[in-house]
Amino acid sequence: MRFERREHPSRALTLLAPVGAILAALIVAGVLIAIAGANPFRAYALILNGAFGSRLGISETLTRTTPLILTGLAAAVAFRARLWNIGGEGQFYLGAIAVAALGMIPAIAAIPAPIAITLCCIAGAVAGMVLLLVPLGLRLRFGVDEVVTTLLLNFVALLFVSLMIEGAMKDPLAFGWPQSVPVPDNTLLATLIPRTRLHAGLLIALAMAVLVWFVQARSVFGMRARAAGLNPRAAAFAGVPLGRTLIGVACLSGGLAGLAGAIEVMGVKGYVTTDLSPNYGYSGIVIAMLANLNPLGVIFAALFTAVMFVGADSMSRALSIPSYIADVTVALSLLTMLVAIFLAQYRIRR
Amino acid sequence: MSVLFDILGSVGMWEAVLRIATPLILGTLGVLLCERVGVLNLGIEGIMAFGAMIGWLTVYQGGDLWTGMLAAALGGAAFGFLHALLTVPLGLSQHVTGLGITLFASSFAYYVFRLAVPTASSPPTIDPFQPLSVPVLSEIPFLGPVLFNQTAPTYLAVAFVALIAWGLYRTPLGLAVRMAGENPHALDAQGIDPIWLRIGTIMAGSALMGMGGAFLTLSAFNSFFPTMIQGRGWVCVALVVFASWRPGRALLGALLFALFDAFQLRLQTVVDGVPYQLFLMMPYLLSIVALIIMARRARVPQALMQPYRRGER
Repeated sequence: MRFERREHPSRALTLLAPVGAILAALIVAGVLIAIAGANPFRAYALILNGAFGSRLGISETLTRTTPLILTGLAAAVAFRARLWNIGGEGQFYLGAIAVAALGMIPAIAAIPAPIAITLCCIAGAVAGMVLLLVPLGLRLRFGVDEVVTTLLLNFVALLFVSLMIEGAMKDPLAFGWPQSVPVPDNTLLATLIPRTRLHAGLLIALAMAVLVWFVQARSVFGMRARAAGLNPRAAAFAGVPLGRTLIGVACLSGGLAGLAGAIEVMGVKGYVTTDLSPNYGYSGIVIAMLANLNPLGVIFAALFTAVMFVGADSMSRALSIPSYIADVTVALSLLTMLVAIFLAQYRIRR
Repeated sequence: MSVLFDILGSVGMWEAVLRIATPLILGTLGVLLCERVGVLNLGIEGIMAFGAMIGWLTVYQGGDLWTGMLAAALGGAAFGFLHALLTVPLGLSQHVTGLGITLFASSFAYYVFRLAVPTASSPPTIDPFQPLSVPVLSEIPFLGPVLFNQTAPTYLAVAFVALIAWGLYRTPLGLAVRMAGENPHALDAQGIDPIWLRIGTIMAGSALMGMGGAFLTLSAFNSFFPTMIQGRGWVCVALVVFASWRPGRALLGALLFALFDAFQLRLQTVVDGVPYQLFLMMPYLLSIVALIIMARRARVPQALMQPYRRGER
């Protein structure tokens, strides 16, 4: 048995790959649910019902989709240029803490809301950028592989946040709980559906997806980033400034992950804790791959992931299946997606 | 200053070094084997989590401690097989597959753990490995308790270093493994299939990672909880670069790292006014520094991360 590259990978197969991958992941997870003694079909019905069955469910799902779109975009733009940014989790937290720090400046509470919110978004994005520029600098200067450094920096960033919210930025009114001082009211994002947590951050995330798509598909920078990822040597020969392009990619990628953290603070919590992110950064990697690194596909992949997490919470209460099944399914869908893309590109010959 | 000397002079700290180093030794050897045969295995973090869980669960369900270790090794090998299947014959991205294995193995471990122990506020415990005093040698002042009063898996881990160093450099199989990581085409020309050799070696390396995880639940602690691996797997990946892909230096790297960790743990308790988070950051920052120092000097296996397909170059 051997594999032969298809001359012209069919568009239909490439588009169907995520569907097949998610289906395969659901089947394997279904077996795990059955082994645990529950009916997988009922479990999936409950997951869908939990995620879409009520106004609250829908709003919770979309609230969860918001940061996932941004961390998914962060991974997608980096991976396309073969910049292995696995540090989305740390960049998310640094973006969040930057907003909280900005909010502690008294002058911020006095300026009009749109300006305050814009400043917070910028602060979050810049914090995320900085955290990714460090490992990129180490790669460009010393040849250190950025996979391990970005992974290790996730732990450093989380400890830094913990240091801040237990020290200089601790909320004195939080009964001793380690959380940051709340951000001022004029930086909070408007709610989209009354009496739910769904906030205007969703619109920002969707706008970012379109913007990233436009930059990648229609700008010189997007073309250079793609070329740098496909074949760095050929790209350099054709005059692409590799270092500068990668720095641009890192700013975009780290900025998006930092923005995700900033928006989560301004939209959902209003303050920072060390459990602000249930692995949004790591899920972003899965989402980027499920979307086949397409920025618009990221929206749908993020929605799928959010449905699994929100739905599994309510399913787990009804069937006493551990809600970790959502993590299992999402992780599996990454592996099955890799195989699905492979099958779309190769044919099997005897 | 005298505080520093008190810590450095205490038997307790030096005893802790080998204990802290053991999971790192096993994990680093595992990564080293995988990379020596030409495949990056970022599944380590998840494989260690699964090993920790399945080892603990086996003992919790009434199994022997060594049966727990075996279960962790087999579980690690199983995830290694999955990683190998995707990266070797299919040649998928080793970065993304490895991360996928980590996410899958860890979330699967938490899922199984929650099924087995549905409602427990504090994690249930088992009777872990007890220190095994080597007769006569453990009587030596200072060195005795530090080196020869460890639990059995620690001795095993050190023995693995010698075994793998000997195997890699002194046996035909080791030569084949190194060739698969340097020039698989040449290996194929010798009539040895690089594909199967890579799959087998990755499984062996992943078994070591699983055992490294199990050491945490069966010897260092006595219970399992999610997120207990705390990046140890990623540290191992960094240590392999630091060790320049050589088993002896891997042992040295793991020991140095553990020495630093043991030292900062004790320093935390005596130094006032410095937030504990700064101490906890040190191991991660130290790993990054190690990478910076060694990145250009280390001799990387030439075929690392290059999938092998016969007839394709």
